[in-house]
Amino acid sequence: MSRLNRPGRVTSTLTYVWLVVAAVVLLFPVLLTVLGGFLPSIDLLRQPPNLLGHYTVDSYLGALRQTVVPLLPAFGNSLFVGLVIMVAHLVTSCLAAYALVFLRTPLRTPLFWLFLATIMVPYEAIVVPNALFVRSLGIGDSRFALVLPFLANGFGVFLLRQAFRQFPGELRDAATIDGCGHFRFLFTILLPGCRPAIAALAVWSFLQGWNMYFWPLIISSTNNSLNTLQTAVFALRSNDSADPGLLLAGITITLLPTLLLVLFGQRWLVRGFTAGAVK
Amino acid sequence: MSQSVISRWNPRELALTVLFLAPAVAGLGAFVIFPLFQAVYLATMGSDILGNPTRFVGFQHFEELFTPEFGAVLARTAGFTLMVVVAGVLLPMALAVPLSQRLPGMRIFRTLFTLPFAYSASAASVVWLLMLNPAMSPVNWVLQLIGVTAPGWTTDSGWALVTVAGVTVWMVSGFNLLVLAAGLAGLDEQVLEAARIDGASGVRNFTSIVLPMISPSLFFVIVTTTLTALQSLGQPQVMTDGGPNGATSTLVYSIFNQAFHNNNSNYGLASAQGLVLLIVGVLLAAVQFGVIERRVHYR
Repeated sequence: MSRLNRPGRVTSTLTYVWLVVAAVVLLFPVLLTVLGGFLPSIDLLRQPPNLLGHYTVDSYLGALRQTVVPLLPAFGNSLFVGLVIMVAHLVTSCLAAYALVFLRTPLRTPLFWLFLATIMVPYEAIVVPNALFVRSLGIGDSRFALVLPFLANGFGVFLLRQAFRQFPGELRDAATIDGCGHFRFLFTILLPGCRPAIAALAVWSFLQGWNMYFWPLIISSTNNSLNTLQTAVFALRSNDSADPGLLLAGITITLLPTLLLVLFGQRWLVRGFTAGAVK
Repeated sequence: MSQSVISRWNPRELALTVLFLAPAVAGLGAFVIFPLFQAVYLATMGSDILGNPTRFVGFQHFEELFTPEFGAVLARTAGFTLMVVVAGVLLPMALAVPLSQRLPGMRIFRTLFTLPFAYSASAASVVWLLMLNPAMSPVNWVLQLIGVTAPGWTTDSGWALVTVAGVTVWMVSGFNLLVLAAGLAGLDEQVLEAARIDGASGVRNFTSIVLPMISPSLFFVIVTTTLTALQSLGQPQVMTDGGPNGATSTLVYSIFNQAFHNNNSNYGLASAQGLVLLIVGVLLAAVQFGVIERRVHYR
């Protein structure tokens, strides 16, 4: 470890051994999820499960066909929740962060602390009033109920404020002197210049929305058609005839978008988050 | 226009400010800040069978918080959070440090290790239930090979909380690894080189140079992991439903159970417990920012 970046032969061998062992242990569940959906119960219900069994797509077809909580409408709901929350976070956070950084806002500092404080509030502490409020609005039966409490997010404001503050002041001044108004500066100069932070927030927000569990559980408890994939998979499990292949196929379906995002979006996540949070 | 930007605010800019701040303030005000006050009100109210607040009960719900049962809930939550934070930071660290070496294949390993981050709480819980299900458990199989009898992971009340904590660690490790690896990648090579020339040995190099230099990432990871652990619901709800015998009934599970499980609709008690959760969260954040952050080394 003394030469952190240029290890000798022994060190590098030990490194590979440790990483391979860790990868096998940590990633076996992922392997089981993706492959298990293609295996019949006979191959799965063995100790250990036989991942080289008879591959079939029956479980996937079965998961898509199951009727307790149909997966396809739930897929639609999840996509709706993820995309709406992502777009809403981007819009509300960009505008608020812009005002906090580039507009001479009275109460600028207290407002920023207020946004920060909302990150600290555990969702479970306010979920009851929110549930009562959303129901009292009479929209408990629409998809809108799934996203309404999550359209703004303190973390988004915080992340973009950090990014906007790092934007070079000379560029801002040059734009102002050239007579560039706030809207044009925001859309044509600032936002393109802060792409990593915006992409990180987009990925993060979509993951938050897509993986949300507590709120959809509450909302869908009164209206089954509002199940998202997360609550639908839980219904697959509580269905007594729980067939592991069916469950794993269902989970793989819920994982498809997020696995792709994590695989291809992680460079953005790292760049966007580390700019503000790490240094 | 250019003048107004560097002088004080004018009406046009003030209007723009209000316009820009309004969506975020409205959203957070209506669904985060206002509900906090409402939770205080609900905590003093008794509710009817449908959960509508009907009568004032004063501090009755808060008195119920001073019972041994709730004490046990708090102790369980503390134990769970501690387990998740310690293991959820040490494990990614033990992966991030070897990954920071200049060796072929490190990027592939890092990408692979991040995959659990894609799992939602419910998906991870269901997969791990299968991983630990005696009928197929690969975990039990490995233990058998080395001659250990596997415990009843989710059915033995001595093990259930540890099991749920372990799954939570698995879930948070991916993201924590990303953040710590980014911190390590940002290390100043010249400082490391200087330390090496000065003859700093492995452990000493790590504790007195690498750790302080990545302390901002470490701090970020500790704070976010604490919040995640404190607010975990999906794992205890899906894996054990708070059981066996309440062994995994943490604070958040208890809130969910009082308010929403089996149409309990005890919103008053749930709100009182929610306020306790808020206070615990704020205290922890204050301690972390007050004590740990003072030792964080920002450049």
